[in-house]
Amino acid sequence: MAGISRDDVANLARLARIDMAPAELDHLASELGVILNAVARVQEVAGQDVPPTSHPLPLQNVYRKDEVIQSLTPEAALSAAPASEGQRFKVPKILGEEA
Amino acid sequence: MTMIKKSASEMADALANGETTSVALTQAHLDRIAEVDKDVHAFLYVDTEGALAQAALADKKRAAGEKLSPLAGIPLALKDVMVQKGIPTTCGSKMLEGWRPPYDSTVVSKLRAADVVILGKTNMDEFAMGSSTENSAYGPTHNPWDLSRIPGGSGGGSSASLAAFEAPLAIGTDTGGSIRQPAAVTGTVGVKPTYGGVSRYGLVAFSSSLDQAGPCGRTVLDTALLHETIAGHDPKDSTSINAPVPAIVAAAKNGNVKGLKIGVIKELQGEGYQTGVLNRFNESLELLAGLGAEIVEVSCSYFEYALAAYYLIAPSECSSNLARFDAMRYGIRVGDASGVSAEEVMNLTREVGFGREVKRRIILGTYALSSGYYDAYYGSAQKVRTLIKQDFDNAFTKVDVLVSPTAPTTAFKIGEKADDPIAMYLNDIATIPVNMAGICGMSLPSGLADEDNLPAGFQIMAPAMKDDRLYNVGAALETALLSKWGAPILSHVSGLGARA
Amino acid sequence: MSLKYEDVIEKYEPVLGLEVHVELGTASKMFCGCNTIFGAEPNTQTCPVCLGLPGALPVVNEKAIEYTIMIGLALNCSIAPFSRFARKNYFYPDMPKNFQTSQYDEPICVNGFLDVEIDTDEGIKKFRVEIERVHMEEDTGKSLHMGGATGRIHGADYSLLDYNRAGIPLVEIVTKIVPGTGKYAPEVARAYVAELRDILRSLNVSDVKMEQGSLRCDANVSLRLIGSDVLGTRSETKNVNSLRSVERAVRGEMIRHAELLNKGERVVQETRHFQEDTGLTRSGRSKEQAEDYRYFPEPDLVPIVPDAIWIETLRAALPEKPSTHRKRLQEAWAVPDKEMASMINADVLEIVEETVNLGADPTKARGWWLGEIARIANEKEVAATDLPITPKDVAEIVALVATGALTDKLARQVIEAVIAGEGRPSEVIEKRGIKVVSDDGALMVAIEKAISAQPDVAEKVRGGNVPAAGALIGAVMKETKGQADAAKVRELLLKHLGQ
Repeated sequence: MAGISRDDVANLARLARIDMAPAELDHLASELGVILNAVARVQEVAGQDVPPTSHPLPLQNVYRKDEVIQSLTPEAALSAAPASEGQRFKVPKILGEEA
Repeated sequence: MTMIKKSASEMADALANGETTSVALTQAHLDRIAEVDKDVHAFLYVDTEGALAQAALADKKRAAGEKLSPLAGIPLALKDVMVQKGIPTTCGSKMLEGWRPPYDSTVVSKLRAADVVILGKTNMDEFAMGSSTENSAYGPTHNPWDLSRIPGGSGGGSSASLAAFEAPLAIGTDTGGSIRQPAAVTGTVGVKPTYGGVSRYGLVAFSSSLDQAGPCGRTVLDTALLHETIAGHDPKDSTSINAPVPAIVAAAKNGNVKGLKIGVIKELQGEGYQTGVLNRFNESLELLAGLGAEIVEVSCSYFEYALAAYYLIAPSECSSNLARFDAMRYGIRVGDASGVSAEEVMNLTREVGFGREVKRRIILGTYALSSGYYDAYYGSAQKVRTLIKQDFDNAFTKVDVLVSPTAPTTAFKIGEKADDPIAMYLNDIATIPVNMAGICGMSLPSGLADEDNLPAGFQIMAPAMKDDRLYNVGAALETALLSKWGAPILSHVSGLGARA
Repeated sequence: MSLKYEDVIEKYEPVLGLEVHVELGTASKMFCGCNTIFGAEPNTQTCPVCLGLPGALPVVNEKAIEYTIMIGLALNCSIAPFSRFARKNYFYPDMPKNFQTSQYDEPICVNGFLDVEIDTDEGIKKFRVEIERVHMEEDTGKSLHMGGATGRIHGADYSLLDYNRAGIPLVEIVTKIVPGTGKYAPEVARAYVAELRDILRSLNVSDVKMEQGSLRCDANVSLRLIGSDVLGTRSETKNVNSLRSVERAVRGEMIRHAELLNKGERVVQETRHFQEDTGLTRSGRSKEQAEDYRYFPEPDLVPIVPDAIWIETLRAALPEKPSTHRKRLQEAWAVPDKEMASMINADVLEIVEETVNLGADPTKARGWWLGEIARIANEKEVAATDLPITPKDVAEIVALVATGALTDKLARQVIEAVIAGEGRPSEVIEKRGIKVVSDDGALMVAIEKAISAQPDVAEKVRGGNVPAAGALIGAVMKETKGQADAAKVRELLLKHLGQ
């Protein structure tokens, strides 16, 4: 990991949907470079033979019964919406097609 | 004024024998908040009406002779990362300014069921990312010991409210030390329960596999009473442990370490630790040895990689957890004007709504999960997690509990580390391994550091689902320290000296 | 001038891949207890979990796991001893958390297959479609695009979101690439989806309504030069909402790819949208940069380690396979292969079976559904099964013809009237006064009238020109408003004219 370029940060910001001014991109690129150099240490001991841990406790098969429970009222569901219309969330026009 | 300086269990006794009422007690705390919180800034929202109504209800039930929980009528401060129906919940972020959730977290439901009075919401680092509460969009919280210093983080508001006698109990959350490190630097007690011990339903997620809500108090027994109130299986949280809660309160009342084996972690002392912090730590070890505990040194060689692994796992999970803040369904919306697309509004809102540290971590996490880097970063960090768990497992075959200083230093000055993320991250070096392994940990005050007369914290760690051991050892040490000091450590709080 | 299909398959070999999404018919959603009723008022079936509110957590619906395992077993898959959910991270306003809880490298069912039969030039031929994986995920909300001229996303001023569908359990069934179908690729694709739908229906795990979106197909198509083993670039066609569209979409994409390749152009790897009206696909808006979904194990859910006894209990309870069921029907009804294939192709097998179960003769029942009813369906451009005529109606009509109470011709009138909404067959007959005229006296009156109107024709018949009688029979039928039994008329007429 030699470093992280401004373009790399711009691409990450795009994936994370955060607008960033050019100065912020530069600043973050240098900061992330330092942080990544520090955290890359994990690779020193992460051998092939070590299994990854995604959950701290070994729980499995946790399910709920297929039972309907009370939903929110539409008023409650929409209560925090920045905008709504016809009992639906109103959002600006969407550019991208659905994935 | 005297009443608010009591412990929660003493307040409970006063309520039980009719010395006071919950309304009076709650009003006393509301008055104290009104008096000191402009200096401390522990609270983001004070629910005066709601708190007094809850208090009146508790009094009514008591008058009617209903069987009440041990903490019925006792006020509490709730970290603003915990959802409470109808009460503003911001997580210290501009992103959620004005959001009033339409539901209660399980912790809040349990507090209500126990008739605990919720005073309001406490300040925190934005979305629980930080170790100083400086990352709050609503301004920092000040340490009651010295208002120019940080109260720890991310739950600085909760701990500061205890140290400032604004609340006798508080709820915190701990992803890498956010309960324990603030407890350490404010001279209070805080416990990160075993992962899955307290429901995460309604806790706004930072890093789902590390987050854990827990109790904060001024004494070990108070903390135990709160812990028992909020713990237990929750069918709404798939990672909640479906087993009986250990006998925590009984352990806190027991406090007997005779014959217990206590392991001192070699890797969590020495370089980087403030001398005064180490002095208080060693003194506490001597006290425990004097009480009949056997002190041994153990090595956890992979702990040196814990911080690095944490700063990959937590940002990765947060990059996904915080994706939902997109200005579509709740929270602020920036830049919505004719012709502006949803995508642009999301980008603008997330630029403005998130603070620097949050953005830094989202970008870092996005990188660590991205294709081509996943194995090297996130994948490797998960392997380190396995190694840390193994270190703990091995250590716990030799000892009953492990101990270390909670934080390497006492409270630093506000602004001192704001521009150095790595120096800031080092605050959590001793607390992070516990979260990585999902086990439980407590911080309690070990005294004041010689250099600065500020509190230092003593950390106790126990295996998963053995939370009772924390309280047993913690209570023993607390009693020994108290008899050494002659008065509770918080009687020395000087930051509010003029008023307190 | 578009390329002919024959020219495409002369030069290219199509390679198919199919991804089918099925909404499971559970009572509650995948990760919360909200209702799943189709068509409910907007945002009445939502909660903190499926709205992705801060702090909310998912809990897996056990029934959804059970249904998915059943699907895997019916598709001859192995059930993974350990599988997990993962987060698929991307932003879209219809997805409340901006990640989809899905499965990635650890799906619950893997390595199955489904055999389909196609009526080819060389007779019925079996094709094996190999299944790569069956995995669970959650559906998204629905967007209404407002203010534009078309109601489509392009040109809209704003959008309205309803999250009732968000979090409904979805199962995605992904095939391996299907080579070797040659010119039958469109038919194989259709037959696969049809067979899959029948299996899902027999398992009772989904209502499999393509038009309501509870079964959705994405068709991946690529072409390679015959004889080459280099795979071409594929396109992924979405919005394919009927069996017929599956076939049209695959054929259309094959032609489109071939045209590009013949011109020396590249096929772009992209998502395309099938358009029902034209049968063509249009390009989805291409993204400037590739998405990176940053999958990682879902920390809020724990692994699925299904109990072996559970799996075997489900396996033992699987219903008869639709293919086995069809074989049994074919034998019982003594239907030739071609006829069986036509019924399957016209998607009327099930409704014929219901008609037969109500007492109708299998051949007659089949005849009506594949004949007159299919004809009307074609005219109206709907499926025969969607016409307002029921198996009970058809069984009644078959019975009336069998007793001689209706002629075939009258029966057709009744069918038309039933479809036109005039009522049930008995009501139509009553209202219209339809009855077979079999009274010799009444028929003879009409015969005499026909002869006197066309004496020259009658003379020809008397002279031995029997085929000429057709004109007279026609006149009699007209006179009796079609209610006479034509065979009876012929018999009486010829006898009367000395033949």
